[in-house]
Amino acid sequence: MDRYADMFARLDEKNQGAFVPFVMIGDPNLEQSEAIICQLIESGADALELGIPYSDPIADGPTIQAASIRALSHKTTVADCMSLITRVRTKYPHVPIGLLLYSNLVMAKGIENFYATASDAGVDSILIADVPLREATPFQKAAQAKGISQILIAPPNATDETMEKIGEFSTGYTYLLGRAGVTGAETAANVPASELIARLHQHKAAPSLLGFGISTPEQVKAAIDAGAAGAISGSATVNIIAANLDDNDSMLKQLGDFVSAMKAATNKG
Amino acid sequence: MNQLETKFGEFGGMYVPELLIPALDQLEKAFLDAKDDPSFNEEFLSLLKDYAGRPTAMTLTRNLVSNPKVKLYLKREDLLHGGAHKTNQVLGQALLTKRMGKKEVIAETGAGQHGVATALACALLGLKARIYMGAKDVERQAPNVFRMRLMGAEVIPVNAGSGTLKDAVNEAMRDWSANYDTAHYLLGTAAGPHPFPTIVREYHRMIGEETRAQIMEKEGRLPDAVVACVGGGSNAIGMFADFIDEPSVRLVGVEPAGKGVHTKEHGATIVAGTKGILHGAYTYIMQDQEGQIEESYSVSAGLDYPAVGPQHAYLADIGRAEYVAATDEEALNAFKLLARKEGIIPALESSHALAHALNMADEAEDDTIIVVNLSGRGDKDLAHVINILGDDI
Repeated sequence: MDRYADMFARLDEKNQGAFVPFVMIGDPNLEQSEAIICQLIESGADALELGIPYSDPIADGPTIQAASIRALSHKTTVADCMSLITRVRTKYPHVPIGLLLYSNLVMAKGIENFYATASDAGVDSILIADVPLREATPFQKAAQAKGISQILIAPPNATDETMEKIGEFSTGYTYLLGRAGVTGAETAANVPASELIARLHQHKAAPSLLGFGISTPEQVKAAIDAGAAGAISGSATVNIIAANLDDNDSMLKQLGDFVSAMKAATNKG
Repeated sequence: MNQLETKFGEFGGMYVPELLIPALDQLEKAFLDAKDDPSFNEEFLSLLKDYAGRPTAMTLTRNLVSNPKVKLYLKREDLLHGGAHKTNQVLGQALLTKRMGKKEVIAETGAGQHGVATALACALLGLKARIYMGAKDVERQAPNVFRMRLMGAEVIPVNAGSGTLKDAVNEAMRDWSANYDTAHYLLGTAAGPHPFPTIVREYHRMIGEETRAQIMEKEGRLPDAVVACVGGGSNAIGMFADFIDEPSVRLVGVEPAGKGVHTKEHGATIVAGTKGILHGAYTYIMQDQEGQIEESYSVSAGLDYPAVGPQHAYLADIGRAEYVAATDEEALNAFKLLARKEGIIPALESSHALAHALNMADEAEDDTIIVVNLSGRGDKDLAHVINILGDDI
């Protein structure tokens, strides 16, 4: 089953782009995190990007760093994250679920073992923030063996050589970086990124989702107008969690409203 | 693609976001171009000689060693401008920064020594430096913060994570991810992603080259062992590099055992750590079973880092170099002893190397020549040592 291909086909029929929220598993705790993830799906998220908390997230700004710290304060483990995903997968058999994490979490479990566990849990894709194409081979092999898509990043400064490799190896979707720097809603993405998107098309890369600095429905619309297959929003989603740590119900309601508004902006034309 | 080998055996590599790959490639290219450019080498050598004070002396200790079969020499990097070996490679990378047409420098610092070296090189060469330093370290190392500011650098306290060196490195890498077009990341040790471990080694290798020439002149033969402390491992790799192909010379790296390698409070990554990825390289690191990075500890801030340069990991695995650990207490004893017996106050980092060399000297049965890389001077450590030892000297 290729849940990404199915999702993009469904959305094409509806003339829509994808909206994909990101949250950190275990933020603010495992129980509420599961409720949050279900709420995102119920409110219209087309797919999910889920983080596994890590102590030294060099590609993340303050918002996602704080989410990691909250999750790690309860000693959230990879096993905890995988069992949560298993439960979500059982409840929602068709929603693509991607993992976004750092290489040392994979190395600590052993590459093949990590991908096997992820596959058993029902994970569709894995993006490792600190594994560039040049180091990707062992991870790609493990992904392929388990039918998982290894997600590649297209940065705004990508060379032609990088673009060619993305064209050759990308599966699932391509993570299109809206700008340089680290994750965060403080600095807006440069949309439209139409030139990068055109280059990806030219190299026949997997459909691109624009991330980094996406926090408003206008940016989602602009990304899709520029030719992206959808948009990913992490820090803006996590900010809602951070702002409502003392009120779980309000947190869920605001997340629901946010996802609905972002999803509404994915209608084309 | 890379022009140089990016790994040492299985260690090293470039585990960084895709976004940083072009900046690392640009750096590799600038380094290789500069290597073959006589005007670059001339300027680097002239700065090392006329500004920093190279070559540094090599001193035969007079009173330190009681075993008559042993001659123990000190390679005097403590006499270098800035007070430690760090000035060598900082001058090299600062020149590379200018060569790449960049006017800003990002750096991290733990105790402040690399920050001070970066600040002085940037003051000299007209570069703008911003230096990330853990908030806890900013408090603990006030004189070095003042030194950096005095020389015109901006010091940015890092509150994220544990507020120490590893978090300062994280923050420097984040800054670089946003500003690679205008800024160079001047990494302070022989760790991190390729090409840093290679560049830092090459810009410190004169330590070993001078040692070879000096010992040949004084003794007419190579030393039996060279000994250096290892945190990230820059002074050690600088000392080792010229001797790697001399099998008769033992290469000995001394890691910080802190309160003991069997406690959680140490920084001995090769002796007691496990393989993993931190700050762009696959190497020995301190981590839990989940792969979360653990805090290191050492009385010496310059050795307090939970990873190690990947070439050291490789030299350990192939058995070419030996790595051992010295505790806080052993280092402090060596610190006192060198002051008392030779009139030299060593850095606490270098005191670890000295502590182990003294054990080697005690055990030697044949005629033995040992060279310790005295990587820095201890003035920066006085306030800290006064707190620990008080009147107990």
